[in-house]
Amino acid sequence: MFPEDVISELEEIRSHYPHAKAAMMPVLHVAQQQKGWLDQETQAWVADFLSVDPIEVHEVVTFYPMLYATPNGEHVIHVCRTLSCDECGARELWAHLKSKLGVERGGTTSDGKFTLRAAECLASCGTAPAFLVDGERHESLSLDEVDALLESV
Amino acid sequence: MALKMQSILSARFDKENSYHIDTYRADGGYETYLETIKGEKGTPEELVALVKESGLKGRGGAGFSTGMKWSFLPKGTDKPIYLCVNGDESEPGTFKDRQIVEFDPHQLVEGVGITCYAIGAHTAYIYLRCEFALGIRRVKDAIRQAYEAGFFGKDIQGTGFDLDVHVHIGGGAYICGEETSLLNSIEGVRPYPRNKPPFPAVEGLFGDPTIINNVETIANIPHIVKNGAEWYSGFGHPEDPGVRLWCVSGHVNNPGVFEIETGFSLQELIDGPCGGMKNGKKLKAVIPGGSSSKVLMPDEVAQVTMDTPTIRGFDSSLGSAGIIVLDEDTDMVEAVRNLMKFYAHESCGQCTPCREGTPWIVKILNRLCTGKGRQEDMDLLLDLASNIEGRTVCALADGACWPLTSIVKKFRHEFEAKVAAATPVGAS
Ligand SMILES: Cc1cc2nc3c(=O)[nH]c(=O)nc-3n(C[C@H](O)[C@H](O)[C@H](O)COP(=O)(O)O)c2cc1C
Ligand code: SF4
Ligand code: FES
Repeated sequence: MFPEDVISELEEIRSHYPHAKAAMMPVLHVAQQQKGWLDQETQAWVADFLSVDPIEVHEVVTFYPMLYATPNGEHVIHVCRTLSCDECGARELWAHLKSKLGVERGGTTSDGKFTLRAAECLASCGTAPAFLVDGERHESLSLDEVDALLESV
Repeated sequence: MALKMQSILSARFDKENSYHIDTYRADGGYETYLETIKGEKGTPEELVALVKESGLKGRGGAGFSTGMKWSFLPKGTDKPIYLCVNGDESEPGTFKDRQIVEFDPHQLVEGVGITCYAIGAHTAYIYLRCEFALGIRRVKDAIRQAYEAGFFGKDIQGTGFDLDVHVHIGGGAYICGEETSLLNSIEGVRPYPRNKPPFPAVEGLFGDPTIINNVETIANIPHIVKNGAEWYSGFGHPEDPGVRLWCVSGHVNNPGVFEIETGFSLQELIDGPCGGMKNGKKLKAVIPGGSSSKVLMPDEVAQVTMDTPTIRGFDSSLGSAGIIVLDEDTDMVEAVRNLMKFYAHESCGQCTPCREGTPWIVKILNRLCTGKGRQEDMDLLLDLASNIEGRTVCALADGACWPLTSIVKKFRHEFEAKVAAATPVGAS
C-alpha cells in the first residue's frame, strides 16, 4: 500500500501512543496525503495497521470534514464562509470562484483540476477572506491575486 | 482603566525566525524550564499554588482558574497523568492561538514542559487543528529542536524527570475543541463529547487523570513561573487579572491580535489600536467573546470594560476573546443565520435538542431571509432556544443559543422588517 519510508513514518507515529488505535487521526492524515482520499482499501489497510475493525476507521473518517471518503480534484480549495470572512470579502470570493471554476459547492471542475469546498472559520478572521489551497492558508488576497495563485498551482 | 498594551506573549511575534529555538534561547528561553525540573522553582505542589495565586484563568473560553483545575488531580495516584493542550482554535472570531503556534511555538513548548513537571505528567499531546498546516510544522520543529537540545526524553539533564511531547492532529471539526471530545479524538474513536462527571482530571485520556488547557493558557506558564504570581496578578482588573491576546475582526480599519491587560474600554480598542470603523461607518453591534457570546449594542460597547465582572454586568462574556465588530450596513438576521449554520453544521449529533434544534433554527432563519418570514418566527426562535439551552451533553448548543437569543431580542426590529417585507402567503 505505501512505500517503506511512509511505513516507517507511520510506525513512528504509532509509537507516540500507548494504544495503536489512538494513532488513528495522524495515520489517516498521512494515508490521505499519499492517496488523495481514503478509499475502502486504504481504510481497511489502516484498520489492519492499527489492529482495529474497518468499521472503527470508517466511523472516524465519516465524522471529519477534512478526511475525505470520496475522491477530489487534483487540488482542493476551502473558502471560509463564517461571519467575519463573509462580511469582509468571502461572499465575493466565493461567487468569483464558483463562476471562474464553473462549479457549485463541493463540485469538481470538468478537467478534474479543482474541487471547491466551503469551510468554517479558519482562525484567520482578522485577515479575511481566508482560504486554503491543498491545506495551505492564504489571506487578504484580491481576486486578481487569487486568480494568479490558482494559475500557479 | 486606561488601555495598556503589553508585549509578553507577543514579544517575538514580529521577529525574524521568531519560531526558531536560537531566537527563543537568545531571550532566555527554556531557562525557567531547566530551573523548574531541577527543583529550583519549588515543588510541584508549590508550582500549582503559584499558578493559582497568579489569578491565571483558562483562555479557551470557559475561563476557569488554571491552578485550581490542576489541583483537582488525584494526589499520589499511580496512574499516568496526561497533559493535553487544546489548539483546536475554531470558535468563529478567534485567531490568537494560531499566532502562538506559528510565531512562537517554543514559548508553548516550554510551557508544556513546566506544566508537566507541576502536574506530574510524563506525556503531553498538543492537539492542533489540521488547517494549521504551518503551525503544525512549526510546533513539530520546535519539539524536535527541544529534544535535540536535550530538554525532553528520559532522565532529562540528569534530573530523573522524563517527558515526551507529541503533536496530535484534528480533522476540521469544531466540536473537538470541547475538551472531552478532544480526548475521544485522540483516542481514535468518534469524537462525541463525554458526560461529566467524571471530570478529565480524574478520568480523562485513556481513562487516566488528564489536564486539558488552551494554547494561550499554557504559553503564559513560563512567564508566571519566571516572574512570580504577584507580577501576573498585578496586571489589569483586580478581580480578573492578567494580559490576554484579543482578536479583532470585522468592520474595523486595523483588525488583528492585540495583547492588552484586562479591564480596558472596548470602545477605546476599536477607536485606538483598531483604527476606528472601516469607511467611517457607524457601529451597529459587537460580538465580544467569540461567536458563542451575547451581542453588545453601541451604547454598551461605549460603557463596557473587558474583564469578566464588568462584561457579566452587560449579560455577556469574554469567552475566547474573539471580538467581531459589525457596522451599520450589517444585516443582523443574515449575520445570525451565518452563525447558526455554523452551529448546525458542527453539532456532533449526539443529543436530540442540539441535533434537531440547530437545523430547525436555520430553517426559520432561511425563511426570514428569503422573504417568507412569519410574524410568530421571532418568538418561535426564542422558544426553541429555551428548549435547547441547558439540556445537552456539551456547551456547543448553549453557545448557539446565546448569540441567537441576544440578537433576536436586541434587533427584533430587523426581524420585524423582514416579516413586513415578506410576500404574503397566497399572493402571486
Ligand atoms: C463546542 C466547544 C468548542 C470549544 N473549542 C475550544 C477550542 O477550540 N480551544 C480551546 O482551548 N477550548 C475550547 N473549548 C473549551 C474547552 O472545552 C476547555 O474548556 C478548554 O480547552 C480548557 O482550557 P483552559 O482552561 O486553558 O481554557 C470549547 C468548548 C466547547 C463547548
Ligand atoms: S450539545 Fe450538540 S455538539 Fe454537544 S454533545 Fe450534544 S449534540 Fe454534540
Ligand atoms: S471567519 Fe473566516 S477565518 Fe474566521
